Amino acid sequence: MSEALNLANNPMLLEVENLAVEFDTYGGVVKAVRGVDFSVEEGKTLAIVGESGCGKSVSVQSMMGLIHMPPGRITSGSARLRGEEVLGRNELNGKEIRGAEISMIFQDPMTSLNPTMTIGDQIAEPLQVHRGLSYRQAFGEAINLLEMSKIPEAAKRAKQFPFEFSGGMLQRAMIAMAISCKPSILIADEPTTALDVTIQAQILDLMQDLQKETGMAIILITHDLGVVARMADEVAVMYAGKIVEHGTVDDVFYRSAHPYTLGLRAAMPNNDPARQHELKPIEGSPPDLFAPPKGCGYCARCPFAMEVCDKHHPQDYFLGDHHFSCCWLHHSDSPTKPEELYFKENS
Amino acid sequence: MGKLLETNELTRYFDIGRNQRVHAVEQVSLAIDEKEIVGLVGESGSGKSTFGKTVVGLHHKTAGTVSYRGEQLPQKYEPRDFQRLATKMQMIFQDPYSSLNPRMTVGEIVGEGLRLHSDANSASIKEQVAVWLTKVGLQADHMSRYPHEFSGGQRQRLGIARALILEPEFVVCDEPISALDVSVQAQVINLLGELKERMGLTLLFIAHDLSMVRYVSDRMAVMYLGSLVEVGKANEVYFDPKHPYTEVLIGSNPEPDPQVERGRPSTAIQGEIPSPVNVPPGCRFANRCPRVMDVCRQSTPELIPLKDVDRHVACHLYT
Repeated sequence: MSEALNLANNPMLLEVENLAVEFDTYGGVVKAVRGVDFSVEEGKTLAIVGESGCGKSVSVQSMMGLIHMPPGRITSGSARLRGEEVLGRNELNGKEIRGAEISMIFQDPMTSLNPTMTIGDQIAEPLQVHRGLSYRQAFGEAINLLEMSKIPEAAKRAKQFPFEFSGGMLQRAMIAMAISCKPSILIADEPTTALDVTIQAQILDLMQDLQKETGMAIILITHDLGVVARMADEVAVMYAGKIVEHGTVDDVFYRSAHPYTLGLRAAMPNNDPARQHELKPIEGSPPDLFAPPKGCGYCARCPFAMEVCDKHHPQDYFLGDHHFSCCWLHHSDSPTKPEELYFKENS
Repeated sequence: MGKLLETNELTRYFDIGRNQRVHAVEQVSLAIDEKEIVGLVGESGSGKSTFGKTVVGLHHKTAGTVSYRGEQLPQKYEPRDFQRLATKMQMIFQDPYSSLNPRMTVGEIVGEGLRLHSDANSASIKEQVAVWLTKVGLQADHMSRYPHEFSGGQRQRLGIARALILEPEFVVCDEPISALDVSVQAQVINLLGELKERMGLTLLFIAHDLSMVRYVSDRMAVMYLGSLVEVGKANEVYFDPKHPYTEVLIGSNPEPDPQVERGRPSTAIQGEIPSPVNVPPGCRFANRCPRVMDVCRQSTPELIPLKDVDRHVACHLYT
């Protein structure tokens, strides 16, 4: 499948293949991620969408080496940064992967920062560790970074502690810290979920501006389709530890092919006065990942489910160069054709 | 349709030490008709939840009044006021994790209202609890379980069952869906809509998800730093905002449609909601407003009706 995704001449910055992660718990083994492939191009944004517990955070955390092992375990797969394996390694060509090559911002900046260190010291720390600057140089650079993140009165703010910052300002500080070592990939795990819409708009603008300036790739993890529509170039929809649909943002929004993607869109109100629809919730709940179903994970909630769905896992069916959907409906013997799905959705 | 509930210059301050006062809700006048859903939106810290809690009596009123079917409610609730009004007004809380007592079974939680407010015997309470659990999409045999055995969406349904089992007329829903996944949000919204149809509920729907509020509500009220800045029909306010703050708020709401998003200019405004402690005079939005004038910093605009549209706006642009 990776050949197909590689059709574009542009070599992929990061390629993840068949990644699977499980956790030992008292209740048994949770298969959190069950074979995930995705890739990111330089300067582009990949959004990973899905509901809580679908494995979107775990898949990127395992890449960063942020999974505690044990209880966590990467059972298979590879993640290659510019062609070189990063899973299970801390350094790549003398440069640390975590922080220097790939950095990350989190949903809740308040609990992700050290409450006993000033913001400036915390931003200066990776500069001292990864780039070998002196404290004084690093602190000066920290102020520059805070300015880049559009924090007013950066020199004064750098000497303050996290509790003196508002949620939006903390997220800016987190971004300043994340970009301090000029990473090639920024992973943003629900970066705006805890923020108000006006602050969310500011943070998203900031991320886009920084991406234009530095050319870094962004992997955006979110459950908000509005944020996806605004930020993403490519979208991967995850469900129960697998990617069920992947494509460009237009493919996924205008030519949604997987019943789960269609279901998500029908469950949200749209604000187009010409296309009003009743909200259609997705009934039921996600499958138990202690004993993941043999067939398609979405089968139990899917309105189009067939006998085969329960027993056999579907393959990825390509609907375009970059667009695939993992669903039996695309099989040539399927009674319902995906075209009819679009039709149903549009009418 | 008559007015069910009306607040008149309702004000709630919190004293937080010497000469420090949080102006959480300041002179909010809002009337809610029978069988109407009013959506209340605003950023965090704008006083939405405080307003909701003050309306149902969970906070006492610093000034102003709340009247319910023409009867003025007490400034500070005594236990007997709660006893009397609990059958008419209820609240669904934001956080389904902290609003259910972990030591009580679901049957006790949902049935507590009936036990306190009706003469039903325990057998008939049990029966009604079972009926309500099925109404909100759970099962009757969940009654003997504890809250920790349920997911977030299921807990939110327990909160709904608990609030509605007394068949109140008026319910304040404080962010009932913000802790839930998209697919579950639609379940809860549809459930509320269904119950509204069946029981003739009146709802004050507090939320920060603008798309959802537009979808659910008949009218929308926008709050900023303790005051209402705009009130009108939900669709009209969303598609044709008049107050600069409403414009910013709606412009910042990302639409799940890539083409719309690409064609839209960035509307992010600078700054954040200021502290509600010791608020300066003048319009509260003045320091962030893109269309600020001199007068805005001196006098506070009143919430006044507009001439040609059915809308109330508090802004000097329209005075």
